[in-house]
Amino acid sequence: MSSPILETETKPAAAAVVKPLVEAAVETVAEPVAELVEEPLDEFDDLVDLSTDVPSVQATAAAAAESPLVEVEAETPSEEACEDFVDLSGSDSDSSQEETLLEVPADSAAASSDPQDVSTALPPGDVATGSAAHEQPGALLEVDIGQASANGEKQPLSEDLFFDPLANLADAGPPPTAAVKQPAPPPQQQQPPQPPLDLFEDDPNDLFGESRHAKSAKQQPPQPSSLFGEVDEDIFGEPLGAPAAKKAGNMASREQRETTVGTKTSGLGGGGAGAGAGFGDVGGPLNNNYEKEPADIFSEEAVTIAPTAAKAAAAASSSRTNGVHGAAEEGDIFAEATVELSLDSPRADRKKNTTAAKPSTSATTLSSAADLSKTHSASLEEVNSHVCIYIHVHISASTSIHTTLAMFRTKTFTVRRRFSDFLGLYEKLTEKHAPNGFIVPPPPEKSIMGMTKVKVGKEDSSSGEFVERRRAALERYLQRVVCHPSLLQDPDVREFLEKEELPRAVGTQALSGAGFLKMLNKATDAVSKMTIKMNESDVWFEEKLQEVEAADQQFRKLHGMVESLVVHRKELSLNTACFSKSVAMLGSSEDNTALSRALSQLAEVEDKMEQLHQEQASCDSFSFAELIADYIRLLGSVRGSFDHRMKAWQRWQDAQTMLQKKRESEAKLLWANKPDKLQQAKDDIAEWEAKVTQYEGDFDRVSSTVRKEVVRFEKEKVKNFKRQIIKYLEAQLKAQQQVSLCSDGV
Amino acid sequence: SLVQLACNSSKTRSVSVDLNNDTALIIDIPDALCERDKVKFTVHTKTTLSSFQKPDFSVPRQHEDFIWLHDTLVETEEYAGLIIPPAPPKPDFESPREKMHKLGEGEATMTKEEYTKMKQELEAEYLAVFKKTVQVHEVFLQRLSSHPILSKDRNFHIFLEYDQDLTVRRKNAKEMFGGFFKNMVKTADEVIISGIKEVDDFFEQEKTFLLDYYSKIKDSTIKAEKMTRSHKNVADDYIHISATLSSISADDSTAIKKHFEKLADLFEKLRKVEGRVASDQELKLTELLRYYMRDIQAAKDLLYRRARALADYENSNKALDKARLKSRDIPQAEEQQQLCLQKFDKLSESGKRELTSFKGRRVVAFRKNLIEMAELEIKHAKVMLTMIYRCLFDNAYAIMKLALNVVTSRPFP
Repeated sequence: MSSPILETETKPAAAAVVKPLVEAAVETVAEPVAELVEEPLDEFDDLVDLSTDVPSVQATAAAAAESPLVEVEAETPSEEACEDFVDLSGSDSDSSQEETLLEVPADSAAASSDPQDVSTALPPGDVATGSAAHEQPGALLEVDIGQASANGEKQPLSEDLFFDPLANLADAGPPPTAAVKQPAPPPQQQQPPQPPLDLFEDDPNDLFGESRHAKSAKQQPPQPSSLFGEVDEDIFGEPLGAPAAKKAGNMASREQRETTVGTKTSGLGGGGAGAGAGFGDVGGPLNNNYEKEPADIFSEEAVTIAPTAAKAAAAASSSRTNGVHGAAEEGDIFAEATVELSLDSPRADRKKNTTAAKPSTSATTLSSAADLSKTHSASLEEVNSHVCIYIHVHISASTSIHTTLAMFRTKTFTVRRRFSDFLGLYEKLTEKHAPNGFIVPPPPEKSIMGMTKVKVGKEDSSSGEFVERRRAALERYLQRVVCHPSLLQDPDVREFLEKEELPRAVGTQALSGAGFLKMLNKATDAVSKMTIKMNESDVWFEEKLQEVEAADQQFRKLHGMVESLVVHRKELSLNTACFSKSVAMLGSSEDNTALSRALSQLAEVEDKMEQLHQEQASCDSFSFAELIADYIRLLGSVRGSFDHRMKAWQRWQDAQTMLQKKRESEAKLLWANKPDKLQQAKDDIAEWEAKVTQYEGDFDRVSSTVRKEVVRFEKEKVKNFKRQIIKYLEAQLKAQQQVSLCSDGV
Repeated sequence: SLVQLACNSSKTRSVSVDLNNDTALIIDIPDALCERDKVKFTVHTKTTLSSFQKPDFSVPRQHEDFIWLHDTLVETEEYAGLIIPPAPPKPDFESPREKMHKLGEGEATMTKEEYTKMKQELEAEYLAVFKKTVQVHEVFLQRLSSHPILSKDRNFHIFLEYDQDLTVRRKNAKEMFGGFFKNMVKTADEVIISGIKEVDDFFEQEKTFLLDYYSKIKDSTIKAEKMTRSHKNVADDYIHISATLSSISADDSTAIKKHFEKLADLFEKLRKVEGRVASDQELKLTELLRYYMRDIQAAKDLLYRRARALADYENSNKALDKARLKSRDIPQAEEQQQLCLQKFDKLSESGKRELTSFKGRRVVAFRKNLIEMAELEIKHAKVMLTMIYRCLFDNAYAIMKLALNVVTSRPFP
């Protein structure tokens, strides 16, 4: 099944690998993608190698071939909230046993056409694209490539089916994440397989030798507290399970490509992200780049956290240099430090094809989550007439490596959380940590408008976008939380991640009494802020505060600009669509055949341009505007911590004044010669001295936290902007392709 | 605002029409002066024809003069069988002016740099509108000069040669109303005579085609205008983003500074290219569609005139029949009928010729413009691509260096 791909995988040109995938593809939409790949290689070979991961497509294709880690889930809720599952589980090339679960609950409308795509056992790309061709609204497809046997039961995905092939992983290279499991990784994995600069050209063979190695290594150490199946689950699940932070407006073909490769790393947080980053790079054919980035970021953050500095550094360097497969192992080594986490999207797309291809796969990787996997896709449906967005929190912490993470009972688990739970978590964290000067990452704001839209407008495509947007925002929020070494230790965080049921968060409603109280508190805070006059002793903080204020202003402005850009782009897209239709009409009534053809070609090109603009718009809004919005909120938090620092200073000053007073009174007592009270005065002085020291310590701690936070802040910024540029690059590549098509036509 | 423009420099010649380069009569508008609402064109003529007194001369003309020339041509009976080149549209400087006004209001919210850029952008737009205006007027005259019959028109020669102001009276209210009324009558008449059975297949086809095509091309033109406008908006957004980014980078003191700078730079460059894309699209596509929309209208007018002649002929036939029945005034009716027939035949003949050549011209112009547009778009896309790559490369390089720093700064265990 995978032979065509295996044959080509050794060729240097990535295009060669992608081509077969695409050629066989049912949908022609995929074609430009292949061309896109060729293009950069032709023209900007070195540049691309360096910066755009295109070569990694190769590796991906190979990976997909050897162990088809491909899972595509396309879901579109039906009217009655019943979904059709079509599950083609990735089968090993070695394992001949193939089983597929075709789940066709009540609504079998889509079922009839689904299997034909699915059961043909095409190479990964084909199936993926094929599933893109499914445009039945009201069908939820979960497609894992390769297995084909239908069983019409109405049960959720059973994960053993999914992991079955993993049992005989022997030959298939397991994803590099396997290394996570190694308490004592073999030497090869401790250093990058290639020097960092070479890493850009990941050679598939190399890669697989590597991962095979990882696999064998993995099996040596006994797995302490977990079933074997769970390990496999992890291995397999991590690359797969990370859901794509999918943009709603994405072109179907793109999505397919992403999902085909099955390497969504955006969901991987923390150290696991190191592995994820490596793998994500491999997987990201073109557009994955940006998806992969978050993982990079977090692996970097892991660097700051991880005690094993050198390895971390190596990993960081490789992940920074973008697209280094070998780095995956390195990443794994310090994966210990953090928690991998992903949010599974509830995907409220009650809509058609384009958004349908979204992988919400983490659920399927979890045995415990198996039954949830079904509900989660329907999670956008009403619950008690209140629309709940349930977010899947997928955690896989590797207990075997890091002791701190022993606090988690199991390696992988999934919980369901409401949006208000996230807010509740934030409330708790701020209460506890903010006074200490920690910058508690703020969750996304409540949007009554958006929520109402979701509740009311069932068929609105924007509601799907809204949900996706919120999902991504929440994911980023959680990742920020778990990346924070101190916040991760917090029992509330663990409870949030682990506990099956959370008590309903109270006081998060904007209009409730608690909300009102909060507003009151904020007001008093603002007043006190004005009254406190702090003569700043540390120039650094003074400067930083000013900087933050200025940055806040600027970012707000920028956000407004980008938003308007998005609006204009959408407008442009709309107008282009109109024009395209109009030109098509014009072409149809043109009596000169050549001109008629040219016009219809033009219409086609404009049509593509329209999609392109739309894509760019959503790219702008998702990877740029959202990012900026995040930073505006984060800056708010930073300012909050500055305020807390100021408060700490105030306390310190108060204590000092008090101490002064006590000393004076002691002197008075001494003078008045009253020894009985003298002792008490001395005690007081000692107490206040202690307090002064303590407050001073607080003050210092706040300072260090702020400094640390700023560093992280900047690193993240670098990454994110790079991502944005990559995005533009791809879009323009596309534009160029299509435009040249136009010229051909004329 | 007063813009003096030398069109000679970097002139793109007649985008919308392909004209045969007959050296006997060469007309161009090398200069135009914009004063408030009026645009004064300098019409320059070079000729070898003996009917002109001099071989080389220039005259000042206004938009109204062009309209007058067009109207007289339309009203001339002999030219009924010709497609009269469409009159140039009235110069429209309202929208850039309005934008300029808006910009002035929003000045406070922008940085100085941003404002200057926006202003430049608007000025460029204004200039583009101006250039376009000059061009359509020029094209009108060139179409006339390249036409074998129309180039010999008396009024046309007066227009070119008379070195004083033509001082064409602007249409007064009555005439305006009269024109409006005439249009109404014409429309009603069109409906009436549409019932008459067409005798010639060629014209029948041509009529359905043109009617259909006209509505389609009108639609396309409107859509294309909208599209280019929103494209310009996007380009304008880039200005703001770039400005904000650069002010962020100015405030920033950390490692990210460079990235912001680069990104701002990229946006600035992208803005320029995006703006070019928009204006090229405007020039090559929208303008083309717009011109042919008007041209097709002119062709439709020809068809109408012919159909009118046909109707007249039929009426005269009827009149002749009646006269024969009453055996009265037969010679007059016969003469009338012959006259109508002649007129109709002449119209049909020249109309057929005109329409055929029109079709060829249209195809050639579309072809030329579409190819040019495609080439330009490819060029722009490539430029953008290179810029993005470079920016990406710079950023990636910086990140790599950062990574190497981390590697070297951290002690190995």
